[in-house]
Amino acid sequence: MTRHLRVDGPNHDNRLDHMAQGVIGQPLNRLEGPLKVTGRATYAAEARPANMAYGVLVQASVPAGKVLEIGDAPGALAVIQDKRMIRYAAQGLDEKGPTSGPDRIEYMGQSIALVVAETFEAARHAAQNIVVRYKPEAVPVDPESVTPELPPKKQSAAGDVDKAMREAAFTLDQVWRTPSQMSAAMEPHAAIAEWDGDSVTIRAALQMLSSNRKQMADALGIRESKLRLLSPYVGGGFGSKLGINAEAVAAAIAAKELGRPVMVAMTRQQVFDLAHRRSETRQRIRLACDAAGRLNGIGHEVLVSNLPGSEFTEPVAQATPFTYQAAHRQVVHAVARIHRGCAGSVRAPGEAVGVTVFECAMDELAELAGIDPVELRLKNIPDVEPTTERPFSSHKLAEALREGAERFGWSGRRAPGQRLEGEWFIGMGMAAAVRVNMLQESRAKVTLVQDGTAIVETDMTDIGTGTYTILGQLAAEMLGLPTDRVEVRLGDTQFPPASGSGGSFGAASSGNSVFLACEEIRQQIAKAMGCDERDLTLQDGMARAGNVAKSLSELVDGTITGEGHLQPGKTEKSHRQATWGSHWAEVAVNRWTGEVRVRRMMGVFACGRVLNEKTARSQCLGGMTFGIGIALTEAMEHDPRDGHAVSRDLAEYHIPSHADVPSLDVHFLPERDAYVGPLQAKGLGELGICGAGAAVLNAIHNACGARVRDLPATPDKIIAGLEP
Amino acid sequence: MQITLHLNGTSHHLDVDPRTTLLDALRHHLGLTGTKKGCDHGQCGACTVLMDGRRINSCLTLACMVEDRDITTIEGLGTPGNLSPLQQQFLDHDGYQCGYCTPGQICSATGMLEEIAAGWPSHASDSLDAPFDLTHAEIAERMSGNLCRCAAYSNIVAAIRQAAQETRHEDAA
Amino acid sequence: MKEFAFHRAASVADLPSGATIIAGGTNLLDLMKLEVMAPEALVDITRLDLDRIEPDGDGLRIGALVRNSDLAAHPTIRRHYPVLSRALLAGASGQLRNMATTGGNLMQRTRCPYFYDRRMPCNKREPGAGCSAIGGVTRNHAILGASEHCIATYPGDMAVALRALDAVVEIDGPSPRRVPLADFHLLPGDTPHVETVLQPGEIITAVILPAPVGGQQRYRKVRDRASYAFALVSVAAIIGMDGGRISHAALAFGGVAHKPWRNPEIEKLLTGQEPSDALFAEAAEILLQPAQGHGENQFKIPLLRRTLNATLRDTTGMEAQA
Repeated sequence: MTRHLRVDGPNHDNRLDHMAQGVIGQPLNRLEGPLKVTGRATYAAEARPANMAYGVLVQASVPAGKVLEIGDAPGALAVIQDKRMIRYAAQGLDEKGPTSGPDRIEYMGQSIALVVAETFEAARHAAQNIVVRYKPEAVPVDPESVTPELPPKKQSAAGDVDKAMREAAFTLDQVWRTPSQMSAAMEPHAAIAEWDGDSVTIRAALQMLSSNRKQMADALGIRESKLRLLSPYVGGGFGSKLGINAEAVAAAIAAKELGRPVMVAMTRQQVFDLAHRRSETRQRIRLACDAAGRLNGIGHEVLVSNLPGSEFTEPVAQATPFTYQAAHRQVVHAVARIHRGCAGSVRAPGEAVGVTVFECAMDELAELAGIDPVELRLKNIPDVEPTTERPFSSHKLAEALREGAERFGWSGRRAPGQRLEGEWFIGMGMAAAVRVNMLQESRAKVTLVQDGTAIVETDMTDIGTGTYTILGQLAAEMLGLPTDRVEVRLGDTQFPPASGSGGSFGAASSGNSVFLACEEIRQQIAKAMGCDERDLTLQDGMARAGNVAKSLSELVDGTITGEGHLQPGKTEKSHRQATWGSHWAEVAVNRWTGEVRVRRMMGVFACGRVLNEKTARSQCLGGMTFGIGIALTEAMEHDPRDGHAVSRDLAEYHIPSHADVPSLDVHFLPERDAYVGPLQAKGLGELGICGAGAAVLNAIHNACGARVRDLPATPDKIIAGLEP
Repeated sequence: MQITLHLNGTSHHLDVDPRTTLLDALRHHLGLTGTKKGCDHGQCGACTVLMDGRRINSCLTLACMVEDRDITTIEGLGTPGNLSPLQQQFLDHDGYQCGYCTPGQICSATGMLEEIAAGWPSHASDSLDAPFDLTHAEIAERMSGNLCRCAAYSNIVAAIRQAAQETRHEDAA
Repeated sequence: MKEFAFHRAASVADLPSGATIIAGGTNLLDLMKLEVMAPEALVDITRLDLDRIEPDGDGLRIGALVRNSDLAAHPTIRRHYPVLSRALLAGASGQLRNMATTGGNLMQRTRCPYFYDRRMPCNKREPGAGCSAIGGVTRNHAILGASEHCIATYPGDMAVALRALDAVVEIDGPSPRRVPLADFHLLPGDTPHVETVLQPGEIITAVILPAPVGGQQRYRKVRDRASYAFALVSVAAIIGMDGGRISHAALAFGGVAHKPWRNPEIEKLLTGQEPSDALFAEAAEILLQPAQGHGENQFKIPLLRRTLNATLRDTTGMEAQA
């Protein structure tokens, strides 16, 4: 039986708090951990079907135009050119395949063909030397060089910000820039396709299998029922594997054509060319406040870019409308249509760069107004969502600010340039953290077996977020089983369709579906026990109600199956849902060279119920480190002439290394959010990044006085703000 | 060409293209996919294995050049039922998330602790004279050839320090 | 990667003509995978007896196959040539240092992203094709000694320290010779594809260090992240002090030119002087007088000035007194 829930109203039951097993929330080791630490977990490119051939993508070497002719590939089995091959990756949750037709080039590096050979070595050599004739076209590649679009739905205004600026005691009006950034997950995109008659199984690196199946079926022109996707382990995603990409489509087409399994793995350089980038941004922020620091005007004008026709545009100002109060507000969202690689979701689209920049602006305003940065934020927390006047589902920003200030020792912060240790200026900075919260439709099936074990099945993925573990913990808690008695099966479209991993909605969405499936099973056990489900206690394989206690083996005849189906509902609209927190950083800035070292960093987060304290903490560590990257090291540079990604490997695109990251602190604020489903759990995978970089940048200013508004704050930009 | 690799204590005879890297020999020819390909250019460390006990990037090593060397991969360090001390600490400290860089981190840490035991200095060492304390900064610098985008760095360093301490205690006992 | 014939050399005399030498492979295979380099034949020299560090008069002879990690950790290097240990430890990663060899490191090629990208013209890859770095992204490019044909830098760290140490490269071949490191790497001029004086048929067999000179030795490397990144600029410094005056100065610079850079003028200026900010500023002035930025990399001029200043303050003891 399927238990369905649409989240149309609050749920104050907190059922999980009344369960007996006591495993939910516990910092348990990952269930799949032993496989990962011994190299036994197998990722996309890690199956070896018999007779497999190897494919390598051929890429365009002009920024736009037409492919006129593709030459031969000596030593290869085939050169695959097929009009179904796609030009760029699908966006998250797309239900159709992306634009196909690889003979038309939209950006330099686009995939235009696939070379297949008996060995990887032969395929790579052939692909590298294939001669392609083009009819190139001149196209714009610089977002500042074109007149941008202003999508009407993405502009908003209330009151008159210009007037608020004129009448304010203190104003700030500055422009920031952030460069293109990449997910750079450690596992490059890869796929192995194998046909059986007219059915195909594709093993791939994907985050959202149920929508990926729709995209892939559409791209290949086959029915969904003929397509099985497998992603049991995914080596990181961060948005880059939300939608299908060129390698998987090409592998499927080639495998059909050659009648044998084909593996296509992108090279690292190809990942930089073909995976979505986070758009570069230009952000003008205007703030107006009174003498006491009450904001009266907020302006956030954004310029981002994408290919012509791409619907996705980086939602930079997504959190601006509801983070702080002000009577006069304006969001301008401009989109430049240019021919750099396709832009899409990279971890925390919008807030990752939008909140980061906004929180830098708040720090500057605090300094101008002579108000402590924590105080400035506390003074401007709205009671309800500004403009819409919707209530917040929960709101923990003030608590996160106060607790963070206390824990970090904020009162020890001094004026800029006042703390010098040897060659190093030391400073502290902080920022608020905020990220919108979402749920997605999700289904799961749970089977309780007579022997006191349970199996959870859903096509949800675990991209490192801890899905295997938290779903196992949820089933164990609800069914009263030790976690080692629960097996979690993920990453296979033969299981019920889940939300997938993206937008921080994975844990809550798939978790609620498992919760519902387990409620269904509990109902059936209660029936067998002759009690109300609310009076049923399940613990360590025993069922108890009143004075009756029975083992599950007595109650279960074979198996009991329950299915859960969660849908977001009215609370999406009735309440502003968000997660909240605060970031704190202490940095050292070298007075001569402008090198920056993060010495301490701490985050305080509220995300509703924490399902596993250990994996939740790890999510935050990851986000905060992304913040260090945004602040200090990460930039994908584009060639000014043809727009191609110049920093297209891991030596040029600097994700933080071990040495860039100190021991990080994470604290969670206890919280139950009633408006986000019966788990009372919200998203967490992205909150840690939103604003983290601002804490670092604000600390740089506090250390040495330099304000860097053109990110990242590499030594060259710091020294420009230091004494000669 | 015909080559013989000594892997995890066993000899394997292979017929490979001379262009085959040790990494691709492991993954494509031997099905030992614990060693990961993250960049194929020595820029991430996911492919780290031990050669004669030293950590190296298998992606920048031709299989035909290491025929008479002893290669240890992650599969040779422990099994799910019998974890090495480092593997156990990575598990306990959540020193990984997606798990893709993890075998490389663990192989690298295994070799790195031997380097410290041998008295090798690092960029983070204040003095070039051994012994070196296992501070966060020392471990982090020495492990910087292993990128982790999930950014389990904090936990990885904690796991390594714990494993090193326990090994030291065992040695002392 | 293009197919190649593979040989394993049994002795230096046994090298097949025309074959490209491979040892650590850390840069060669990197470039071969991209077909930026595509040798017809490879000769593996890792079995040759060139991996010893032994006395050479008052100095030291470092075999060409000594691994970077072994060299950095060698007791004599740590004690008497610490700038070399420090430079090695500032480079690459633990894994790469276990692979990379002394000889191979000298042959390391530029990290210019246009050199690495076969879609883009490059005079180094294809003489006469043009330089696409000029007018492109130039963050890691040269400010000293560049030409209109090439603005690439030599990216290594070890050679910068060796330059400050007045090392000599020992070369075997038809006529064995010793070449000062100063003359080993070449400026790009109009032949940027010719990077060293090594001729076909020649092999580096060792690097010779002269007798230790003592003094304060530092290798200061500024980069875009804290580790595992190439230098934006670097300074290898050996400074001797006597009675409050600089008695000896050797300074080499990395990340700024097609070869490890050194300018005897600034060493002459510093020698015999009392350390002061004004003196260091004058030294920087001389060093950077011919410097020329190419757009984005303009920052290397002030960054090198500041890094030199910091290094001199540190090695002369000014910083400690501050």
